[in-house]
Amino acid sequence: MMRSLLIRGMLVGLAAAALAYVVAWFLGEPQVALAISFEEAKAAAAGEAHDHEVFSRTVQETLGLITALVVYGVAFGGLFSIVFAFAHGRIGDFRPRTTAALVALVGFAVIYVVPFLKYPPNPPAVGSEDTIGSRTTLYVTMILLSLLTTAVALYAGRRLAPRLGGWNATLAAVGVFAVIIGITYVVMPEVNEVPGDFSATVLWRFRLASLAIQLTVWGTLGLLFGGLTDRALGRRTAGVPTAVGV
Amino acid sequence: MANVAVPSGKTAPIRIPVREIVPWAVFAAVLGLALLYFVGAEQGATSIISGSTVHEFVHDGRHLLGFPCH
Repeated sequence: MMRSLLIRGMLVGLAAAALAYVVAWFLGEPQVALAISFEEAKAAAAGEAHDHEVFSRTVQETLGLITALVVYGVAFGGLFSIVFAFAHGRIGDFRPRTTAALVALVGFAVIYVVPFLKYPPNPPAVGSEDTIGSRTTLYVTMILLSLLTTAVALYAGRRLAPRLGGWNATLAAVGVFAVIIGITYVVMPEVNEVPGDFSATVLWRFRLASLAIQLTVWGTLGLLFGGLTDRALGRRTAGVPTAVGV
Repeated sequence: MANVAVPSGKTAPIRIPVREIVPWAVFAAVLGLALLYFVGAEQGATSIISGSTVHEFVHDGRHLLGFPCH
């Protein structure tokens, strides 16, 4: 059971990466190219020598990007299937596809959207080489705090469920999450290294593209994994009359 | 799958026992985090392998997936 769920998760992650590549190609790469030409124009104006390239841009935007997306998709696909296994039957009487969609929604919000709002992704040409260490630490810390807050909110929700009922306990848990994350946003240090003359349009479109790519990954994980698992588990109980409308 | 519930008329969702999930969870977490590290941070904030080959190869993915790249 677990083995097939994990394999399915990783394969769905592969499919998610393929779809994400299409989105990245049409929405993300044009903005990356604009940012790189800005970077090069600036370097040329400053009279700096052109950086030695390890890989050509063509390799970076095809093989390199595909590899990154596949690794990311397969890793999160596997982790997604594990969380699904813990969640299914324990967060409510949901069908597998509903559990999967909920897990994906929460995963997308907690792992990507919450850190995104505090430390949004930046295209090339934005960000100083010297602060990469601290920026990475802050970004990872934000993800970990978001996960920790989710655990607190889940615990609060479970404790409140008998008194408030499922729906209101869920709302209360979301409220707890929002308050703690709000405090975290205020406390965590600000990062803004966008050059004053960098195109606001390119920055905005780049960030939207990143959001779209992540939405594609998590959307595919939730819906495709959910659909396939629904069918697989449905077959297990084939012959048992389904309680429609009960 | 030590305890398989006897199918009844109701379709209560199958609960996978925690004991069965844990070993797979450890496996997926270790593998997953190692993979994510290479996409997200290697040869940026920290380096296990010297040089910038990994960084340059996953460059676009790192930017577009939301990680700080450089």
